[in-house]
Order: sequence, then structure tokens, then C-alpha cells
Amino acid sequence: MYLSSSRSGDVSTGVRGGPAPASEPDGPDGAEGPVAPDARAVPSDRSAPDAPRAQDRPRGRLARIVAPNVLALGMVSMVTDVSSEMVTAILPVYLVLGLGLSPLAFGMLDGLYNGATAFLRIAGGHVADRTRRHKPVAGFGYGLSAACKLALPAAGSVPVIGAVIAADRMGKGVRTAPRDALISLSSPPGGQGRAFGVHRAFDTAGALLGPPVALAVLWFTAQAYDAVFVVSFCLAAFGVLLLCLYVREVPCALPVSAPRPRLREALAVLRVPAFARLCGYALVLGAVTIGDGMVYLLLQREVDLRPHLFPLLPFGTALGFLLLAVPVGLAADRIGRLRVFLCGHVVLLGCYAVLLAPLPRAVLICAPLLLLGVFYAATDGVLMAVAAPLAPARLRGGSLALVQTGQAAGRAVGAIGFGAAWTAWGPHTALIAAAAALATAGGAAAAVAYRCRAAAPPHSERSEHPKHSEHRPHSPQPPSEDAR
Amino acid sequence: MTRTARTTVLAVVTALLIGIAVAYTWHAAGRSEAGPDQELTEVTLDEPGRILFRTTQAGTGRDHMAALDLADTGADDGKDPRRISPTSCLVFHAAKGTAVCLKLANAALHTYNAVILDRRLMPVDSREMAGTPSRTRVSPSGNLAAWTSFVGGESYAGLDFSTRTAILDRRSGTLHDNLEDFAVIRDGKPYKAADINIWGVTFAADDNRFYATVATDGHRYLAEGDLAARTLRTIRDNVECPSLSPDGTKLAYKKRVEGADPDRPWKLFTLDLATGTETLTTETRPLDDQAEWLDDRTLLYNLPGDLRADVWSVPADGTGKPTLVVRHALSPTVLRP
Repeated sequence: MYLSSSRSGDVSTGVRGGPAPASEPDGPDGAEGPVAPDARAVPSDRSAPDAPRAQDRPRGRLARIVAPNVLALGMVSMVTDVSSEMVTAILPVYLVLGLGLSPLAFGMLDGLYNGATAFLRIAGGHVADRTRRHKPVAGFGYGLSAACKLALPAAGSVPVIGAVIAADRMGKGVRTAPRDALISLSSPPGGQGRAFGVHRAFDTAGALLGPPVALAVLWFTAQAYDAVFVVSFCLAAFGVLLLCLYVREVPCALPVSAPRPRLREALAVLRVPAFARLCGYALVLGAVTIGDGMVYLLLQREVDLRPHLFPLLPFGTALGFLLLAVPVGLAADRIGRLRVFLCGHVVLLGCYAVLLAPLPRAVLICAPLLLLGVFYAATDGVLMAVAAPLAPARLRGGSLALVQTGQAAGRAVGAIGFGAAWTAWGPHTALIAAAAALATAGGAAAAVAYRCRAAAPPHSERSEHPKHSEHRPHSPQPPSEDAR
Repeated sequence: MTRTARTTVLAVVTALLIGIAVAYTWHAAGRSEAGPDQELTEVTLDEPGRILFRTTQAGTGRDHMAALDLADTGADDGKDPRRISPTSCLVFHAAKGTAVCLKLANAALHTYNAVILDRRLMPVDSREMAGTPSRTRVSPSGNLAAWTSFVGGESYAGLDFSTRTAILDRRSGTLHDNLEDFAVIRDGKPYKAADINIWGVTFAADDNRFYATVATDGHRYLAEGDLAARTLRTIRDNVECPSLSPDGTKLAYKKRVEGADPDRPWKLFTLDLATGTETLTTETRPLDDQAEWLDDRTLLYNLPGDLRADVWSVPADGTGKPTLVVRHALSPTVLRP
């Protein structure tokens, strides 16, 4: 399989050199002394498949492909997303028509808080790793966001509303990494793709349901915004309840006396070549992504779009994401998660190409949305699925947060860069430049990934996957990998 | 926790949450219908000396357009003889027999239209809006109409906002769908950017020149627009929501003041276009509105109040002090001869 072979390539050919000790899970050897991530971190991910014992009695169809814990987390995310998207959908209306505020003042506040959220993401992941309690940390994040739903109608001025929304996003920042760590720790390494695929499908379903629910409440109450906030709060609280009752903490396969990871150690996961490379892909590819807002803006310039349709564009993207998250996740497990992640960027390149091509109107409206949906399906959850097995179980939360932060930082840089290109050359040339940058960065990432995979000697692959690799030591994609 | 206990807790807490949600929604639905029955009568644009506004008083006429004689304004308790029309609008402006009414087009999809009304407030034309209504203005001649919407959610799972402003020429039916397509000249040089946002148009008497806010690159510029040439030229920084006086000599706008309370950075200023002299009005409260001129010396504007908003006035020359004009009212429009 693409991912695992590229990883084993790192182990044996990485800068630090020397084949990695294949049979040393994160054990008490990490007690003290300088961190030696290559030696300890990489092999330790094999504790992941041993951790979950939840799949003993599969029930429904979904339960057969993912662990019950993943389903439970999916439900929590879905309910929470209904809640938060309800608020997102009506917030501009509430601010502009309900309070008579200028949301542009507010958009400025928003940018300031983004940095804080990225930091909190790492903090949330690390605290969860350190305390070995992902569930309470995630629960705190969900609870904080729920409380904010009630605080919103009480806040009357821009700074207070800004602060409440910042707290809401902090909750999101804190909970994301521990939640993703729980998903990955509940699933075998060969099933990471489908686990994240199923979770993201639930998540997106919630995002799609939120706005109609909010509009229904508004319609029923004749524009009583506070009722929307209260219903949103009840849903968020229900999400916390589901988390408390049905999400199980995944016990770490470590003795209680084992040392707790320090922050330095958490960051040292970056010294694992494969993991560092993945962060590099996420950062660089993020930096050549122009963001959906820009895609919609360009779309609107290309087609004479009915104004009423404009706010509906993100729904097209979300729908594509929803429908494809699970199939793409399954495919990722089968043909290689890193491969699918990189292919997702080819799809994005296709999206840019469609925007540049003289196509019929209907195609020009639908195709970019669909391609954007495919892009998200192939990159959002899949990135986590690539990253999770590369990080040791005990550092899982912090490691996933690092990848996410790398991607977010890349995207922020990308947005600034695209804005500057637009200013300098105009939208059309800027898009061509973005497509060229994406093609270059994607090609480079694929070349690096291919090289590292090709350099992987068969024996190290066997040491990583003794059960399967002996059948196809050279095959980049053993289909039996996910047979567990 | 055993399975039974877990199921019990789930059932009890879920029932409680559903109860709260349903009860509150029910209560809110009843509350919005509360209030006295208000008589609806015809209101026209041929009533110089009156002001039109969206009334937010509780009752059946809430959010309808209402008219009040200037002589009857200033009632502190909101008990004024306002005449409420059958027409309801979210944002409204009118001049010379033409009105623009920004209103909900489809409650289920939350789409909005800019509806052109004649002098009897009957719809004669309608255009789709891209987002939530924000500002609208009609030119003094009644020939041009501009409206701004906020477009939220352009980014998936993001929270950024942008604006879209359109200008309709009623004589030819030409719609300038998005002023961001106009050529922007910043500090004398042609300027392009992805992050340009334009809002708050105000028209001059010649049906060609207009002023608007152009936000880009962290600045909010006062810009002078030329409709025929499709250009926007920045003339001042840190300025929002301009409004041209009826005699065309002064602009009123919000200006961000250095060192001001971050909670309320905007102050209401007027600018003498001939001399370039800026005058600070005596209004010190937080303000977020595009002012309307009562006459060539007095400004009208909204401030947050009990039932959403009240209309206040203040002298344009920096003297006097703010006075209450209409309680529970939004979108004030002065009907001129």
C-alpha cells in the first residue's frame, strides 16, 4: 500500500539513517532523555490496531465498516454541525437585520481569532495526549460551543458578539484534534480512510441540515432569532449528551506509569520523516489552494449567475462532499490514502481548469461545485487518515493537530497570495497562476512521495506489515490491507 | 454505566431538551403575533413634509412602512399618529415617486428581492438580491436606485462576509449588477483586488455621479463614482456610508476616529465638498447607519432602541445636540417636494 510503503521507506532511508527497530512500541523507554522520534515514534503506531476491540459484533452496514465509536463520534458531529450551521446560516441576517450591525466590522474581528484557534487546536490535542483523556477534552470543546449558542442572543454589541463567536470557535479548535485522535485510535491502520470518510459524511450531513432547520424555526416564529439560538443550543447539548453516553475513551496500550508526553516531544513527531513530509505536503498544497470563496467569486464572474443562486453554491459543494466522503474513504484504504490525497488536488486542478475553459453555462455552474466536493472528500478526512498511522498512539492528538494546523497555515498563505496575484494581474491571470502553482506543487509532492516509496526496501515493509506484505512485497497497493 | 442506565439518561435528557426547544419556539411564535391590531391605510410618496419609515412597534403592522408628519415627531413614548401602510419592507428608501423596498422573496430559501414601488407603493419591478439586504438609496430624480446586500457563507464552514451592490437605471432598465466590476482608481492609480467590497451608495442630482464606500486591503475609502464611465475613484480613507445633502454641497458619513473606544469607533461627520472641511456632529453614541438628510442642515439616523431601533436627528454643523424623532422605526426617508 502506498502509504505504508512510503512510510517504511522513511524509516530505512530517512536522513537519520539506519533501519528502525521494528518491534519497539512506545514503551517505558521514553521515560527520560532526549527524544528520539525516529526510533520510538514510528513503530509505535502499531499500537493503534490493537487498541480498539469495539468491532467484535458488527451490527448494521455502517457498523460493519467502522467501529461503533466512530459511528458515535459521527452522530455527535452531525448533531453539533446542525447546531452550529443553524447559527452560521442566520448570523448575517441576525446581525444586519436583527441588530442593524455592519458585519464587515465583524469580519475583521474574525480574522484575528483564527490564529488563536490554530494554537488551541494544538493545545487541545496535546492536553488530550498528555492526560490520555481525549473524551473529556473533546467534551469540553463541545460544551463550550454549546454554551456560546445561548450567549449569542444575550450579546448586543459587535465586540461581545465577536468574543462569543471566538469562544465558539475555540471550542471547535479544542475538540477537533482529540476527536480525530479518537476516530483514528478506534480504527485499524488499514481502515483509517473509511473511518474518517464515514465521520466526515455524518459531519457534512449535519452541515447541510442546519440551515433548513434554522429557516424553518425562523419561518414558524416569524423571525424570532432567539428561538433559533435556543434550538441550536438544545441540539448542541444533545451532541454533548451523545458524546458522554456513547463515545468510549480508547485506552492507551501503555502502563499507567509510562511518562506523559511533553510538548517538546509532541512537536518532535515532526522529526519522523514520513510525518514531516506529510505536514510539508499539507502546508505546500494548502498554500496553492485558493479557497472556495474565491472559486464562487470566479464562478460568478464567468457565468451570469442569478443572484438568488449565489448563496446556494456552498450547498452544491457540501452535497458532493457528503455523497463521496465514504466511497472515497473506502477507495483510499484500498488504493492508498496518500495517493488519494494527492489525486484530490488533481481534481482541484480540474476545477480551476473548468473555470478557465469556455464551457456551456450549466456545466460551468455544476462542474466546479462537484469537483470542489470531490476535492474535499479526497483531502479533508483522508489527510487525517494518512497522518494518523504515522504518529504514535500516545501522541496522536497533538500530531493530528499539527497536520491540520500546517494545512490551515498553508491555506491562509494561499489566500493572501491569490489576493495579491489578483491585485497584480487580475482574476483570470491569477487563476492561471494558481493552477500552475498547484500543478507544480502537486507534481513535486507526487515525485517526492513516489521516490520515497520506490526507495523502500521490501524487508522494512514486511517488518511493518508482517501479515500482508509477504504476499506482495513490491506491490504498492495490497488490497488485503483493509481486510481486518 | 449499564446499558439500561445509559438509555434512561438519554431518554430523560433528550425529552428535556426537546421540551425546552419546542416550548421556547412556541413561546417565540406566540410573542411575535402579540400586540394590538393596527389599522392599515394607504400611504403615498406624494406627501412632502412627511417622513416614511419601517415601523417596529409590536402589533399587526410591525415591519410595515408607516408615515408621520414632521410636526408630529418627537413623541418619547412612541404614541404618535403614525399611519401604517399595507406594504412591508426590511429596508426602504424613496424619492420623487420611486421607492425601493428590500424584502424577503422566499422564506424557505431565505432569498431577498429589491422591489421597485411606484408612488402608491405598488410594485412595478423586482430584481433578485444575492444576500441579506443592507442599504438602499434612490437618486433625487427617482431615476436611479442602488441596493447593497451582505453575502454570507461564501466560504465553506467559514464566517466571512462580503457585500454586493447593484445600481438600476429605471429609464433604460439597465442593471449594473455588481459595482465591483467598475474600474477602481485608488490614489489616482488603477487598482484591482479580489477583496474589494462596495456598499452605501448615495446619488447626486445629475443621475450620473454617486458616492459609495469602497473597502479593500484593510481600508474603507470614500469613493466618487461615475455611472456612465463605470469608474470609482477613492477620495478619502476611513470613511463609511456616505449620504449627500439635498443641495449637493455636503456629505454626511461615519468616520473611524483614531484612539476612540474600540466598542464605538464610528463618529458621524459631515464634509463640505467645496472647502473640504470636516465637521464632527455632537452624536457620541455607537452608530451604524447611512444617514438621511432631514433638510440641508439636519441629519436623521438610526440608533439601537427598545424595539430594535429609534430614529434620531442632529444638526449637521456640529452644534446643538441629538434629539429623538421617531421611536421604534428604521429606514427613515424624508419625502421632499
